[in-house]
Amino acid sequence: MRPLRSVTGAVAVLDRPDVDTDQIIPKQFLKRIERAGYGEFLFFDWMKDPDFELHRTPDAAILLAGRNFGCGSSREHAAWALEDRGFRAVLAPSFGDIFRQNAINSGLAPVAVPPEWLAQLKDAVAARNELTVDLETLRITHPDGLELAFDFDAHAQETLVNGLDDVARTLQREDEIAAFEATYARRFDLARIP
Amino acid sequence: MKRTLFRKIWDAHLVADGGEGQSLLWVDLHLVHEVTSPQAFESLRAAGRPVRRTDLTVATMDHNVPTTEGPITDPLAKQQLDALRTNCEEFGVRLFATGSGREGIVHVIGPELGLSQPGMTIVCGDSHTSTHGAVGALAFGIGTSEVEHVLATQTLPQFRPRTMQVEFVGALPFGLTAKDMVLAAIGELGVAGGQGHVLEYTGEAIRGLSMEGRMTVCNMSIEAGARAGLIAPDETTLSYLSGRPAFVESDWSDLHTDDGAEYDAVRAVDVSRLAPQVTWGTNPGMVAPIDAVVPDPAEYDEDDARAAVERALRYMDLTPGTPLRDIRIDKVFIGSCTNARIEDLRAAARVAEGRRVAEGVHAIVVPGSAEVKRQAEDEGLREVFERAGFEWRRAGCSMCLGMNPDILQPGERCASTSNRNFEGRQGAGGRTHLLSPAMAAAAAVAGRFADVRELA
Repeated sequence: MRPLRSVTGAVAVLDRPDVDTDQIIPKQFLKRIERAGYGEFLFFDWMKDPDFELHRTPDAAILLAGRNFGCGSSREHAAWALEDRGFRAVLAPSFGDIFRQNAINSGLAPVAVPPEWLAQLKDAVAARNELTVDLETLRITHPDGLELAFDFDAHAQETLVNGLDDVARTLQREDEIAAFEATYARRFDLARIP
Repeated sequence: MKRTLFRKIWDAHLVADGGEGQSLLWVDLHLVHEVTSPQAFESLRAAGRPVRRTDLTVATMDHNVPTTEGPITDPLAKQQLDALRTNCEEFGVRLFATGSGREGIVHVIGPELGLSQPGMTIVCGDSHTSTHGAVGALAFGIGTSEVEHVLATQTLPQFRPRTMQVEFVGALPFGLTAKDMVLAAIGELGVAGGQGHVLEYTGEAIRGLSMEGRMTVCNMSIEAGARAGLIAPDETTLSYLSGRPAFVESDWSDLHTDDGAEYDAVRAVDVSRLAPQVTWGTNPGMVAPIDAVVPDPAEYDEDDARAAVERALRYMDLTPGTPLRDIRIDKVFIGSCTNARIEDLRAAARVAEGRRVAEGVHAIVVPGSAEVKRQAEDEGLREVFERAGFEWRRAGCSMCLGMNPDILQPGERCASTSNRNFEGRQGAGGRTHLLSPAMAAAAAVAGRFADVRELA
């Protein structure tokens, strides 16, 4: 995974609540068995509308979205599509639980921002469309002086900043897993199914 | 310490307790399907890692299998199904493939085969994994990176979610179903109301539900934004699971929330005067009783809620004030992990019996598994449906998400027993209304939404 220490770039504003992962990447693109190449299908149906907000900032690296962004289906393809399209951070008041974890595992920072920051950030990028989201200092800065400190889980921060693989990290805990496993009985018996 | 049911299951699965931070959780059962697993297996292969516990991992084919007879024609879908077969063979994972007689929607076959049992932790790369909470298991959906993590380690790093009791107050009136209960609950909680929480459903109306009904309720927990839904096991659970192939008896006596244990949040949903529910919008929280009218965006105080309703009505091509009963439909879909179990098909068949699907309406019934299909055929339900003009299909996810050829055309309106009415969910430009199987059958014969209680 690409490390993500900080991202500076243009901001796309998608100011609507409850954007579900079916919109971010429709089902017809989930049949592929590869992990890359989903960017061109991002918001596939909404992109057909010439007035769709994302057309205004085709080179955005940061998405500013409404509450409950990424709700619905667990498809990690939604995070892959955003990342493949060039997004490295999504700022929203809240996220669908599964999407948030998928984003972290895909090198895309899901930054929860208080709802009252949204207007501030929108005004700032309307005046000059650039933001920096720094995952090391946990700060959002705008070149005109706006600076906001955000909360971010330390484990997720470490994952993103260093581009770490969670599987490799957990496998280093083999002793703990083996100790648990040794005392823990299987709860069903697959072998009984003919 | 007095503990909730959730907390008991959580504590029993801690490989490492991170307290308020990240813990490492043991996974009892990992369910796998073709859509969210190929990249996970590929990463394992690239890193030279095996599947740690093949005896705890089960795969099936469901999302993009065709439901009509004959071979698969979509080359991409075929490639994905072939990849699952190859991956399962290579890594030693048990696969219930199409044609095995045990295949079906992953959340239907888990409980059906006796794999899902009380007190377990269950994960799957699918958000409707919450279904298995109906047997008293902690079950939740994960992404593909997490699928890889569980395949490799049989564990998952997790923050402990908060708990919410959702108590259904009062007795469920005659003619109402689990689907009406859960749609009403989502309407009250909102589509993000359960975020970060595991919901434990309680109350007389829950105790009165069959296992199939409980699965319908838990299935849609994710539509309230919740991490999982949970129902404490009881006699109903035991009699459902006893005798199922993979069932292993164990002690469930402590699997309940202790008297005096505290939830982080408590919500009550009164079902004593509930009417059958139908969604009118583009998320499952946009729902109303059948005797209601399409709402007016002007009634919404918050700007973003009003804008969302305006947008939903535009997409759904609905005018405020229109009685829901006046909305005509083009298609009916009875199926999905929400409502394709035997009880669901029986409920729909009772309405369909002796009636005809309305002129111009295309209705399909897709059993949730090969086993449900067999059972329904043995009970004569297939004949009931076919005589009434419904198409009888093979098991799969089908038109719930339209990854196979079962999709809506742009502008078509569907009465659907599935779980999501998102824009384009059943096909680009398609319009989905969620309701119970009985209500879907009533809509099929009426050609518009109808109150099933008046057909009884």
